[in-house]
Amino acid sequence: MFLDRFWANTINGLSYGSIYALVALGYTLVYGVLQLINFAHSEIFVIGVFGVYFTFLALGFQPGQTPNVPLAGIIANLVLAGAVGMILAGVAAVILERVAYRPLRKRNAPRLAFLITAIGASFVIQQVFRITRGSNPEGTIRLLPPEPLFRIFGAPVTNLQVIIILAALALFVVADTFVNRTRLGRGVRAVAQDPATATLMGVNRERVIMITFLLGGLLAGAAALFYLMTIPQGAVFNGGFLLGIKAFAAAVLGGIGNLRGALLGGLILGIAENYGQSLFGGDWRDVVAFVLLVGVLMFRPTGILGESLGKARV
Amino acid sequence: MTATTQSEARPSSGTPPRPGRRAELSRWWNARSRPQQWGLLVPVAAIIYLLPVLNPPILTTEPATSFPIALFNAAVFALIAIGLNVVIGQAGLLDLGYVGFFAIGAYTAALLSSPDSELGVRFPWLVIVPIAMVVTMISGVILGTPTLRLRGDYLAIVTLGFGEIVRLLADNIDPLRGNRGFQDIARPGGTYSDGTPIFTQNDAQGFYWLAVTIVIIVLLFMGNLERSRVGRAWIAVREDEDAAELTGVPTYRFKIWAFAIGAAVGGLSGTLFAAQVGFVNNQRFDVTTSILYLAAVVLGGQGNKIGVVVGAFLVSYIPDRFQFEPEYRFLVFGLALIILMIFRPQGILGMRQHLLTYGRQAYQKLFGAGTGVAPTSLTPSSRPTGEPAEAVPDDRSGSRPQGGGE
Repeated sequence: MFLDRFWANTINGLSYGSIYALVALGYTLVYGVLQLINFAHSEIFVIGVFGVYFTFLALGFQPGQTPNVPLAGIIANLVLAGAVGMILAGVAAVILERVAYRPLRKRNAPRLAFLITAIGASFVIQQVFRITRGSNPEGTIRLLPPEPLFRIFGAPVTNLQVIIILAALALFVVADTFVNRTRLGRGVRAVAQDPATATLMGVNRERVIMITFLLGGLLAGAAALFYLMTIPQGAVFNGGFLLGIKAFAAAVLGGIGNLRGALLGGLILGIAENYGQSLFGGDWRDVVAFVLLVGVLMFRPTGILGESLGKARV
Repeated sequence: MTATTQSEARPSSGTPPRPGRRAELSRWWNARSRPQQWGLLVPVAAIIYLLPVLNPPILTTEPATSFPIALFNAAVFALIAIGLNVVIGQAGLLDLGYVGFFAIGAYTAALLSSPDSELGVRFPWLVIVPIAMVVTMISGVILGTPTLRLRGDYLAIVTLGFGEIVRLLADNIDPLRGNRGFQDIARPGGTYSDGTPIFTQNDAQGFYWLAVTIVIIVLLFMGNLERSRVGRAWIAVREDEDAAELTGVPTYRFKIWAFAIGAAVGGLSGTLFAAQVGFVNNQRFDVTTSILYLAAVVLGGQGNKIGVVVGAFLVSYIPDRFQFEPEYRFLVFGLALIILMIFRPQGILGMRQHLLTYGRQAYQKLFGAGTGVAPTSLTPSSRPTGEPAEAVPDDRSGSRPQGGGE
């Protein structure tokens, strides 16, 4: 059973793992710069999910029916919805930083205060969705039904998986290039490495922090689009919770603060989860991620590729 | 950013500009002898015990919720908050999976006494309590052993995962019966003089008295613990783990102790809850509940055991009293967490003990009475917000590429 579905699981895991990786990048960036676990990042992702969903609705797609639109039109709609989701999530992340974290930074609050604020913020966003949209998932809108395109070792690869994996990789390359090759990215790395010195060298720390949150939010918004394409029934107020923990686990797995680590960790986690599901049954899928997290932290607390955004290539 | 932040931070740090009535009251209170303190506390305790009988018109939650049940829930909540306070307030470890221990306690009670259980035993409640506490203590050690070597903020996420795993186990393991749950969990025995049982599901009065008694006992126990070597070690770990380790405090061991003791209290509250409701299934132990516990501790004041009792009372009682929709409860307390962290991070009642636990007495011995303000300014933690502004909020960023906490 496990061996039969080995390749199918691997491909499926890569596609889920790409989504985790995109969300994990947001955790890793913020952690690298502020040493803060941004608990509310999973809710930023949920904002992206709802942004994508409402864009679908606004574009005239209704839950339950398969749209009768040519492929080019569907792709254009997906790109548009993704852009809306990304912008919403990015803006939400920046607002969150302004409203919740910056006042604490100004007061030099202890570290625990940041964490508690993050949890409070995550809670508030979640509950706003719960109160306005109810606790049941939104209706299913599937723009692009999965169809097998080709086979790898006998395992079918669907169009969705190809799109998601390729698009996620492309976004990762953009993010990685931004952080490692541009002037602004150098500022981000400088602040991650040594905030005091970076400030003395003329790096605007507040702006770097804002950019970091914006970038994390944008990537989470993109992940939201891929998530809704894979799981169309996933637009629900607490949809980000488990995914957020898993994405964080992925970030830690690869080495938190390390962009390439987040990608690697996300992919590994996605694959491991699918193997776990295949070996132990679907109920245990979510447990695999936690056990993996604890296991990695026990034996290699700095993750597979090691931590630190600041050290990533001078 | 140095000059401005400091002047901004000053007023918010609370204590220095206005020593205030609370500091005066606390100094007055500490000056009383132990018997005098007891003499004042006994009537307070009596009023607390009599609350469900008096059913005071403004305080009462009736007709919507039975007042004794609301009070019982508040008392259980207080017990949970006291246990969580050991972990968060005393030892400074952010535990987001505390509901897991509560669940383990409740499930232990269910497995050992419900006829639905496959174990086929029906232990009385008093036997269950110590077993459940030991089981939760062991689970606390099991959770703590791998995770407490880690940096503090990883702990938060791992404990969050733990709470979720406990819930998933309750969902997925067949003998734990998922949604169907366990009926008829054992209650404490005992009858009133006319033969009616004291502990029933409908009338929570007896249970409320029991819960208050347990809360008082646990408070006394925690008070002694705080003043002991263990308590001082926890505070040292909370204030500066590296310094504590360097001065010879076995930090890892004391963190495990904090986890285990906190877990045991969580288990105790779980059995109490299971006994009153008489039914346990997988519906009550989601992680959002953990966040409510956290809100109670932070609201009341981490590290202040009376404070967290007040916080727990508010978190549990206000929704019952003012009847707002249960959904709004989470929203309100989530907002409360954010606002509190910005404006009053120490909670309603701040921490009592700081690094120099006996600094006040020592100072008074040295420089005479009436200088009560000075020692607080000696302790680093009493000015968490007013510290000279460094560019880095993180105290460890200088040595970041370190592995575990040790």
